Amino acid sequence: MRELCLVCILLALLSACASPSGNQPAAPAPVTTIQNKGSDTMVNLALAWAELYQSQHPEVSISVTGGGSGTGISALANNTVDIANASRAIKPEEIETIQRNGAAPVEFVVARDAIAVIVNHANPVEQLTLQQISDIYSGKLTNWSQVGGENRPIVRLSRETNSGTHVYFLEEVLRLGREDDKTLFAPETLLLPSSEGITAEVRDNPNAIGYDGLGYITPDVKVLGVAAASGQPYYYPSVETVNNKTYPIARDLYMYTLGEPQGAKAAYLQWILQPEAQQVVRELGFVPVTSP
Amino acid sequence: MEIKLNVSWKKTLQAINEQVITRAIQASGYSAILFVVVIFIFLMREGLPALEEVSVSNLFSARWYPIEDYFGILPLLGGSLIVTLGAALVAVPFGLGTAIFIAEIAPRWAREILKPFVEVMAGIPSVVLGFLGIVALAPRLRVLLDLPTGLTALAGSLLLGGISIPTVVSVAEDALDAVPRAYRDAALALGATRWQTIWRVTLPAARSGVITAVMLGVGRAIGETMTVMMVTGNAPVIPAGLAGLFAPARTMTATIAAEMGEVAAGSVHYHVLFFIGILLFLISLVINLTASAVVFRQRKRAERILS
Repeated sequence: MRELCLVCILLALLSACASPSGNQPAAPAPVTTIQNKGSDTMVNLALAWAELYQSQHPEVSISVTGGGSGTGISALANNTVDIANASRAIKPEEIETIQRNGAAPVEFVVARDAIAVIVNHANPVEQLTLQQISDIYSGKLTNWSQVGGENRPIVRLSRETNSGTHVYFLEEVLRLGREDDKTLFAPETLLLPSSEGITAEVRDNPNAIGYDGLGYITPDVKVLGVAAASGQPYYYPSVETVNNKTYPIARDLYMYTLGEPQGAKAAYLQWILQPEAQQVVRELGFVPVTSP
Repeated sequence: MEIKLNVSWKKTLQAINEQVITRAIQASGYSAILFVVVIFIFLMREGLPALEEVSVSNLFSARWYPIEDYFGILPLLGGSLIVTLGAALVAVPFGLGTAIFIAEIAPRWAREILKPFVEVMAGIPSVVLGFLGIVALAPRLRVLLDLPTGLTALAGSLLLGGISIPTVVSVAEDALDAVPRAYRDAALALGATRWQTIWRVTLPAARSGVITAVMLGVGRAIGETMTVMMVTGNAPVIPAGLAGLFAPARTMTATIAAEMGEVAAGSVHYHVLFFIGILLFLISLVINLTASAVVFRQRKRAERILS
């Protein structure tokens, strides 16, 4: 008897599962899904693009996740995402990995970004040269009085080593863009897992110096002016100084696809370079690639 | 005839049921061993290649900067040790004190309130504690102790201590509770004060359970990840003795958590991270073995005395 009951229940469940597909109206046009993953610097930008694009093109669904530039590119290499976001150019060994899987990455410059160097508002220091910033982060300068500030120890803050911003800062600021330079971050540098962590500590701590993408800077920290070398003028990061290439710590932001993009992917990437999408870039504190 | 057949059929069914259930329970019992062995084999397979790929002098150097192939794990070992030591310094006195208060001193109504509160404390997600550490604890530590930054091993230790306290309290309280009433009565009858009874009679009688409580608390602290990653500053520096408590530190768990997501599977960095996993596994194994060895020796001694 009990077995019979079980069979009945099973049958009922099965029919319940099967019935909806039978008598429901035909689904709307098939939805194309675009998987978009990578740079944490770009995640807000990619989300804003995705939302705007989906509101205009309901047949396309775009899912955006962060994780870091390297995470995005290795996901692209494994073919688990359609578009990888990266705040640095793809590395030769990453291209090699992708080529081993029988494909080739295609690069799009979708926006520009500047890295702002930030301190606490109570810190009287207003500007630094690239060399001074490099010396601070490599551990040669340890007190704010050495760069014209108060007698306070310098607490260096950085993103974790898996962040594209970290690698960019290491190559372009610590090593001043020199390929053969092997300067490293001082071991005492605090490696924080998030932008919020850096902003929170700089806002609170007058000893701290940090850096982060211009898009993540809030008014409660002080942005320093930066000069490419001593004797040269200091520039503050802004859309203008990045576009006319006078602010020295600026970079391109990339999207990568496996092979030339087709169909919905191609349409999306084309749309990103249109004035409408580049306006979003401006609103989020990044710098547009094409002047609208 | 028909009825008889039915009965015997029922009996066989019962016997089969019995067999199935017994086997299932046995299997789930042995599965714990199986899981540990499988995890250990996996860790070894992914982690041991690190010893071939990285020279020993690099692996045991003082510099951890994996994106440039510096794989010195000493700062990470030191960071984990100093943070765990600090956590033990917080959790052991506070945890044992709370346990003694709940088991021995508190009136019944206070006990009824305290125990659930300690259990709720165990349920606070570690990421919430980490957030509290960033916004409330670290800034105050910096001002109070006049440190360059509040994101130090000490901040991690205090929060980890808080996380371990519920574990220490509930295990130690159970152990104290299990001490026979007669022990206390005898001590008090001999004229011992309440404090003397607790310190000289109850606590030693419950020693094996208390040591287990401390070891479990330490084990909880050394494996904790999220909170330490958020508040210790993650600077890979070898701590300079106890002064290292007041400087930033990077633990093994935080390193694995922060870097595993980024690393390419099968790379040197990946193998080194698993090697750190092996070390963590061995450390908690040693802690557990020490705890059970101590407990075992004491039980034998207690049996000898009683017999």
